[in-house]
Amino acid sequence: MNKIGKYVLGIAALIFMTNCGNNNSNSNSGAMSSSKAEKVYVAPGEHDEYYAFFSGGYSGNITVAGLPSGRMLKEIPVFSQFPTSGYGYSEETKAMLNTSFGFVPWGDAHHPDISQTNGELDGRWIFINENNTPRIARVSLATFETEEIIELPNSAGNHASSFVTENTEYIVAGTRFAVPNPQRDMPISDMKGEFKGPLSFVSIAENGRMNLEFQLNMPGFNYDLAHPGRNKSHGWFFFTSYNTEEANTLMEVNASQNDKDYVAAVNWKKIVDYVKNGGGKKAPGTYAHNVYDDKTHMATSTMKEGVTMVDPREVEGAVFYIPIPKSPHGCDVDPSGQFIIGSGKLSTDLSVYDFDKMITAIENKDFVDDSYGIPVLSYENTLAGVVTQPGLGPLHTEFDGQGNAYTTFFISSEVVKWSLETFEVLDRQPTFYSVGHLMIPGGNSRKPFGKYLVAMNKITKDRYLPTGPELEHSAQLYDISGDKMELLSDFPTHGEPHYAAGIRADVIKDKSKKYYELSENEHPYAAKSEAEAKVTRNGNEVHINMTTIRSHFAPDNIEGIKVGDKVYFHITNLEQDFDVPHGFSIIGANTSEILVMPGQTKSIVWEPKREGVWPFYCTDFCSALHQEMQGYVRVSGKNSNVPLKYTLDE
Amino acid sequence: MKSASIIMIVGSALLLGLFIFPLWSISLEAPQYPSGIGMNIHLDGLQGKEKHDLQNIDGLNHYIGMRKLPKPEEMWEFSVFPKVVGGMALLGIFIGLLGLFKGISPNWFLTWLIIMCVLGILGMYDFNAWMVDYGTNLDPKAIMKMTDADGNPLSYKPPLFGTKHILNFVAHSYPHTGAYMMGFGMFLTFIAYIVGNKKRKTNQA
Repeated sequence: MNKIGKYVLGIAALIFMTNCGNNNSNSNSGAMSSSKAEKVYVAPGEHDEYYAFFSGGYSGNITVAGLPSGRMLKEIPVFSQFPTSGYGYSEETKAMLNTSFGFVPWGDAHHPDISQTNGELDGRWIFINENNTPRIARVSLATFETEEIIELPNSAGNHASSFVTENTEYIVAGTRFAVPNPQRDMPISDMKGEFKGPLSFVSIAENGRMNLEFQLNMPGFNYDLAHPGRNKSHGWFFFTSYNTEEANTLMEVNASQNDKDYVAAVNWKKIVDYVKNGGGKKAPGTYAHNVYDDKTHMATSTMKEGVTMVDPREVEGAVFYIPIPKSPHGCDVDPSGQFIIGSGKLSTDLSVYDFDKMITAIENKDFVDDSYGIPVLSYENTLAGVVTQPGLGPLHTEFDGQGNAYTTFFISSEVVKWSLETFEVLDRQPTFYSVGHLMIPGGNSRKPFGKYLVAMNKITKDRYLPTGPELEHSAQLYDISGDKMELLSDFPTHGEPHYAAGIRADVIKDKSKKYYELSENEHPYAAKSEAEAKVTRNGNEVHINMTTIRSHFAPDNIEGIKVGDKVYFHITNLEQDFDVPHGFSIIGANTSEILVMPGQTKSIVWEPKREGVWPFYCTDFCSALHQEMQGYVRVSGKNSNVPLKYTLDE
Repeated sequence: MKSASIIMIVGSALLLGLFIFPLWSISLEAPQYPSGIGMNIHLDGLQGKEKHDLQNIDGLNHYIGMRKLPKPEEMWEFSVFPKVVGGMALLGIFIGLLGLFKGISPNWFLTWLIIMCVLGILGMYDFNAWMVDYGTNLDPKAIMKMTDADGNPLSYKPPLFGTKHILNFVAHSYPHTGAYMMGFGMFLTFIAYIVGNKKRKTNQA
């Protein structure tokens, strides 16, 4: 979207105004409105039918909402520091944000995708990519915590990610900003043929562990979005690319010159076999692999070196280009795996490719061209059909599992329902305004739950009470269970949700962890009872193993700390009940508070700069005597002789 | 006499259910505990309804100055009760066997039942006394010192049998499976006595 200039917004506004006159669906009243209200109403104490996981875009995180209510349930910190819980601030979780560039406190989270078994959502994990410092994260759907982040070397702008194959074998990452590979000092204007767009394939082990298996060193186009084949096309991955012009400046104009760019069709199974048989070359590439352990409650960061680089021309019959009109964006595969839908974002048509035709074209070597040695298939001979003039600026398509597809149109600001059989438009509904992605729970699987559709809009303007110049983005919920789509509600979303993943709540809600078992806590500084609480000094480093339980800390009076000490507070929450966190903060700490879940240990560092008696307290209203949940640390001069002493109720 | 003795054996053997199933259940309800919190009283100790319920009940009780719930080794009852119940079950089975093979008088069945009833009443009395002590003998430094309308310290004793409001909680105290098995077993031993007696009278006639 960023590539579309402001003039497009102007067009969008114009078209919207004309649309508004024709289709004033906003002003339903009476019986209709009340039935819509009933459809999104979730009575107090009742649960939503679906979880929806919205990427936070530049917030770097995931927000969890319930559908159909649109109520926000949680923000899961992934790529950005999150003072609410202490993620990225606590000593245990800083390592999660480590990269080959050092500590990066922020990320740009784009496309969440839920793990699958046999092409259906299994609700084990949700994956999400980071665009700016290319990474993929894995979030547990039992703890709703980020458990793993892997960096992708040699890539830049990991946008075509993090899409999962139908048995969660692989997850992909792309390169949206072609770069020299390996990185080197060279004139920007020499990019043509020199820059590369590596596509990364990351394997997922049974326990979820990610491993960068290989990178496919593609020509330096901008690989934008991707989807795995499924069902009959399982084993393939499809990527859209733009800037086949290989322009490096004023991209909005210079990357929009070619009539057609490419969809890259990648037979990943072939490449996996090739690599297993010793194919590919070891190439340089430094990347961080960060893993969080929910027994030690700590993350570790390992810096890895080297990657298997595969030249796509060396693997016979594995990589092809299919021409696609006008700077494509979305690349979506229908539940049967038969159709691959490419959206040329400056086009007025949607190109629908037929997997079987593609295979036939490959078998017949029906190539029209070659691009850097990669065969280019014929557009006409791979096409299943074209959805003509459905709208302006098609972006993304999802499916209802009933033979229908739903495509968003950014410029004409609408969702369009069309038939996968006839390629005819069946219905259209305006969005408010300029929709990017859309999400049908399970839409990226063999079995979508075709009841609701969520449109994620890029422009909010007047949809809510004004909150100054900066607005949250807006989502819209449609009922798609009938022949016509019905707009049910608006709700604000946090950051910029580029995409979302939805799943029926009952697949995961009973597996959601309520607390961590204290007896399983393996944190090296855990105090698993008040008797284990202690303070130890090692030079100027002081470790305080402290416990919390309603409503006190143990110890709560500490003396013998000196100016210039580096004091580690390791807080173990002894509670073993659902929803009884305790927080910890101390005046003068140059970091965030920490929120410690029952059975968990978290740590922050405090470096007292002034003598005095300094209070600490619980930041979470934990109980009736929360206000009393506090303590004092006495800080003496650097050379004082005050002995180390820690007490509770003495 | 044969059927009466078998009923006697079955009835007294049902006491052994107490070694598997809880005797009593105390559960607490409050808005913050949507799925409830509570404990089962077994012959040999207390058990939380959920894994950490005992710790969480102690956590709640500390506000009002109640002692921590007893561990098995902290109450003689938890070592004596299993012996008494086990002994009575074996005795009942033994009496039943004597009835079966030696044809002893069904009055022995009744005697066993009377002893069992006396022991049961003593057990309930002891249980109640413990709850009174536990619910009223509070830490003088208790965080919350609640009084009733007359200014007397509030008792947090759960009911022996039934339902009661205690501050923000509703406490339910009822027999559990083991107790029902025992009760039914005792009823069976009474039937054994009646049946045995009838048989004896018809035999004598």
